[in-house]
Amino acid sequence: MADTLIPKELKYTNTHEWLKIEGDTAIMGITDFAQKELSDIVYVDLPEPGKTLNQGDVLGTIEAVKAVSDFYSPISGTIVESNQELKTAPDLVNKEPYGKGWMVKIKVANNSEVTNLLNAEAYEKITVAH
Amino acid sequence: MFTPHTPEDKKQMLDRIGVKSFDELISVIPDKLRFKGKLDLPEPMSELEITKHCSEIAAKNSNQNDFVSFLGGGTYDHYIPAVINHILLRSEFYTAYTPYQAEVSQGTLQAIYEYQSLICELFGMDVSNAGMYDGASAFAEACHMARSITKKNKILIADTVHPYYKKVIETYTHGLNIPIINCGCEPHPSLSFKESDGITISNKEGRGEQGNSGRVDVSHFANMIDNDTAAVLVQHPNFFGILESVRELAEVAHKNGALFIVCADPISLGLLNPPGNYGADIAVGEGQSLGIPSSNGGPFLGILTCRKDYVRMLPGRLVGNTNDVEGKSGYVLVLQTREQHIRRDKATSNICTNEALCALAATVYLSVMGKQGIKDVAQQVYAKSHYLAEEISKVNGFALAFKQPFFKEFVVKTKLEPDYIISELLQENIFAGIDLSKLNRKWENLMLICATEKRTKQEIDKFVKLLKELS
Repeated sequence: MADTLIPKELKYTNTHEWLKIEGDTAIMGITDFAQKELSDIVYVDLPEPGKTLNQGDVLGTIEAVKAVSDFYSPISGTIVESNQELKTAPDLVNKEPYGKGWMVKIKVANNSEVTNLLNAEAYEKITVAH
Repeated sequence: MFTPHTPEDKKQMLDRIGVKSFDELISVIPDKLRFKGKLDLPEPMSELEITKHCSEIAAKNSNQNDFVSFLGGGTYDHYIPAVINHILLRSEFYTAYTPYQAEVSQGTLQAIYEYQSLICELFGMDVSNAGMYDGASAFAEACHMARSITKKNKILIADTVHPYYKKVIETYTHGLNIPIINCGCEPHPSLSFKESDGITISNKEGRGEQGNSGRVDVSHFANMIDNDTAAVLVQHPNFFGILESVRELAEVAHKNGALFIVCADPISLGLLNPPGNYGADIAVGEGQSLGIPSSNGGPFLGILTCRKDYVRMLPGRLVGNTNDVEGKSGYVLVLQTREQHIRRDKATSNICTNEALCALAATVYLSVMGKQGIKDVAQQVYAKSHYLAEEISKVNGFALAFKQPFFKEFVVKTKLEPDYIISELLQENIFAGIDLSKLNRKWENLMLICATEKRTKQEIDKFVKLLKELS
């Protein structure tokens, strides 16, 4: 998939989430590849702020026209904020998966977990395998 | 009508598959598993004979057309306007199975849409689904909803909810290890008969004073509720016909972050405040009263409504109104991502259908009765049941079990065995009521008696006169 965006500065998961660390908080969303696979996203079920999660826990669900998928927390921590814009405009995930289509901000519990994540090159290999 | 395959049909099918005989087709089934011999069935009959035979069997049932019914407890003998069957039996509605394809089913989809709109208005709620199997399963689905919405686990259910509804809820929640806590009064009330002044349902701590019985004690809920409680379930009017303190119960639920789920009798809403007005988050009900006859165990109609915030957790079909490419109004199934065929293992319910014909009956009923009609029915039900209660309470050996506000049915304590009363009255073509000891052994010498708008003064007076003669 040559036209799939995989920004170099982000970290990735096997389950197609991206993570961007900013100090002690991190912002996450799903990848361009994931949104293309899902096609038209009609609803995103987001977690409430204050919830604590471990790396790999289910964060929420994404409803597309033909399928529903869970998305997972790339890192352990506490939910600080979820993207309220997605409640009325879930298609932002399709339009700007790395921008306005972000999903959750997490206060990171353990920075060292980042080493479990993939860099852009490694993630690209996964998408090519599809 | 059953039209069997002709020998010619069978031969064609076997030829097409490429086998010589039916026996060859099923030859893969091991011989020892095959039934030999003849099925224990009577000889074939002609249409004339079979019609006569079936009529004779059917005539053994006593039914509410030939009997005067004072039965309640979830199924009610309300009047069914003649127009309902005329519309229901139209082949466009009657023969279609799961008719949801928008291109060919606008009539059915619109009828469901109208059903949802009418039910929302009646219950004072934002959203109604297209209907479910019955009130009990709608109640149980509401529990699943509450758990998905609140992400909490525990369910508090009022002791005064219909015992059968409780059983359905237990069955529905069985595999999920949901703690179901009976709440409100003593789970098995101890009843003491006090001459003519009623009975007290009390618990060990002595709650449930005279006048405060037959309905739940709000403080009991306040004590039992905790942070892990997903929902508080109440029936209003409750199984004994009595009105509950719904506003206070809603407050207790909401203060603790639980949902308030009410099971309401739709006919009662002609007179009572709708659930949406006193804080119900999910409201359910048994829709049989809305133009559906009481047959042997069904079909019933499950009503399930909720606040708009929870629409994505609402199970079942939902029909919406939209515009097509030419801008013309039309009806389609909406929010199908909630449903099992898309959500698959993540679905919160396995309900993927509705009871379109029963929902249609309810739609026609509500349309022909109109707002005023529903009010009139409710007022008559109230007046007649209260007249009957008053008259029965004057009979020696009969007393009202609870001195509480009720809507269309009430509990009577009897000196005679309810079994005896019921069988005696049956001789007079009267269904006298429900023997409550059949539902709970502790409910001895109690009968649940109901009067709908169909009962005339003559019928009620005759019923009371016969009770007098027994006592």
